[in-house]
Amino acid sequence: MGSEINPGNLSVRVRKQHRDSNDSDFVLDLTLEVSAGITILFGPSGAGKSTLLDCIAGLVRPDAGRISVGDDVLVDSESGVHLAPQKRRLAYVFQELALFPHKTGEENVGYGLTNLPRKERNGRVEEILAAFHVEQLRKRKPSEMSGGEKRRVALARSLVTSPRVLLLDEPLTGLDTGLKAGIIDDLRAWNAAYKIPILYVTHSRDEVDALGEHVIAMHHGRVVGAGTANEILDAPRLKGLAQAVGFENLLWGTVVELRKPDGVMRVRGERSLCELEVPLGDAAPGSRVCIAVRAGDILLATKQPSALSARNIMEGQIVSLEQRGTMVIARVNCGMVFIVHVTPGAARTLELCVERKVWLVLKTHSCHLVAA
Amino acid sequence: MEALLLSLRLALSVSAILLVIGMPLAYWLAYSKWRGKFLLESVVALPLVLPPTVLGFYLLVAMGPRGPLGRMWYALFGHGLAFTFSGLVLASVLYSFPFAIQPLVAAFEGVDRKLIEASALLGAGRFRTFQRVILPLSVPGVVTAMVLSFAHTVGEFGVVLMVGGNLPGVTRTVSIDVYDHVQSMEFAQANRMAFLLLAISFAFLSVVYAVNRRVGRRVWASWVAR
Repeated sequence: MGSEINPGNLSVRVRKQHRDSNDSDFVLDLTLEVSAGITILFGPSGAGKSTLLDCIAGLVRPDAGRISVGDDVLVDSESGVHLAPQKRRLAYVFQELALFPHKTGEENVGYGLTNLPRKERNGRVEEILAAFHVEQLRKRKPSEMSGGEKRRVALARSLVTSPRVLLLDEPLTGLDTGLKAGIIDDLRAWNAAYKIPILYVTHSRDEVDALGEHVIAMHHGRVVGAGTANEILDAPRLKGLAQAVGFENLLWGTVVELRKPDGVMRVRGERSLCELEVPLGDAAPGSRVCIAVRAGDILLATKQPSALSARNIMEGQIVSLEQRGTMVIARVNCGMVFIVHVTPGAARTLELCVERKVWLVLKTHSCHLVAA
Repeated sequence: MEALLLSLRLALSVSAILLVIGMPLAYWLAYSKWRGKFLLESVVALPLVLPPTVLGFYLLVAMGPRGPLGRMWYALFGHGLAFTFSGLVLASVLYSFPFAIQPLVAAFEGVDRKLIEASALLGAGRFRTFQRVILPLSVPGVVTAMVLSFAHTVGEFGVVLMVGGNLPGVTRTVSIDVYDHVQSMEFAQANRMAFLLLAISFAFLSVVYAVNRRVGRRVWASWVAR
């Protein structure tokens, strides 16, 4: 059943002044078109992703804009249309999931079907519980379910109503990769039959990798890029985005020299003499740029390295060392401070300690140019 | 005995009326975004700070044959309101208002906003969300509101004295009865009545709290949700 349903694209054009307590003021201002299938909405926290979903769902009223599903207009500021959330026929799974704590699994899932005759309702509930492999949770309260089970029930509860669009706000945060993959598979299987647009918000890199046929990158309330997961993740053109995908080092500097034949350019760090060779980018000599480097891409040596292919070798001093889980985070001052990740074993073998003199080694292509 | 039954009848009526009018008002106070809301909140809380005699005095004036309430009542029912059981109920409802409203507002406000939004997104209108999500999760607050308004009504004295007087079987509640016996130096009768009220109140509160704490939550919640 349901394969005949073709709900149409979700079109969004919104403007909304966003304010919240933790000083992230920005204007949400964007246009989106989401077609059937999973579209990832990716960006650092505070980019406005959740506000955008709230606008689409009707929990927040945009200052201006138009939102429609197929031919059905949900919001149109010009004609004053603003449908209440309960009239939009969209599904929205919050990060908090918001399962009703006083209802069992099957009561939660059946909640949106109260208008149906009991027999049909039970049939639909059975069907969706099976599709998400949670039949055994029928009689259990949310407090008796695991994190992964709660997420499956929340998805089932939203999808059983045959929504026209599914909005997911970081629904899998905090689960381990195996559990995530299982849930994603079930979601894909469900959507293979129903083919609705799914807008999936995340700031987690592995979810983007697992889901990302189509990724829309958001920063400060705007769309800053769209493409496949690889295109978005490996070429960040924005500082905020770089932070989000795990670039611990964001270094500001000035382009001092372009070496076009070699495909590289040299960048001098701000207020320091430290120079880096980075891939040639769209920048003129003298212009200010930002270079993003992952802490795990930097090698650390206690003797001056020689005869290496890596072009960036910098002398510096360890400022601080901090062990976090199975990772040691070193801060090294080379005129600019770099954050470097090493394993605890390496830190012991190299006898790393604060104030120790070290050399950092950086491949040219580990340096990503970020627009200033 | 007559006084005791009268007190219980009064307290039950007041609790029931407060439950009916308290729910919608508390809902509005909990969820309205109107800026002038604080004005109504202040009015609701007034009986907490006013001495019962002050409240009683205004009510007595309003209920008197020349007062607006008294005249309206006369036009409707052909008799006055002051010194009647109905007048006593009305006065007690006003006097116990904050004791019913505030636990209800606190309970409604305590319901996770996300649950209310989730309900709406699943197609439920406001009434259904109230009935199936907010109310079942607010059962302890509802019970507290009822217990407090009941207990507060049983224990009131000043307002009853002002608007009810001391008519046996009509307005002579336990608190008035005890006072009256003490005034006449009838300590044995006063003691009997006082002790009876103490024992009944304690038993009543124990049962309510015990039920509300343990079995209560589950049983009540499913009962209200149906």
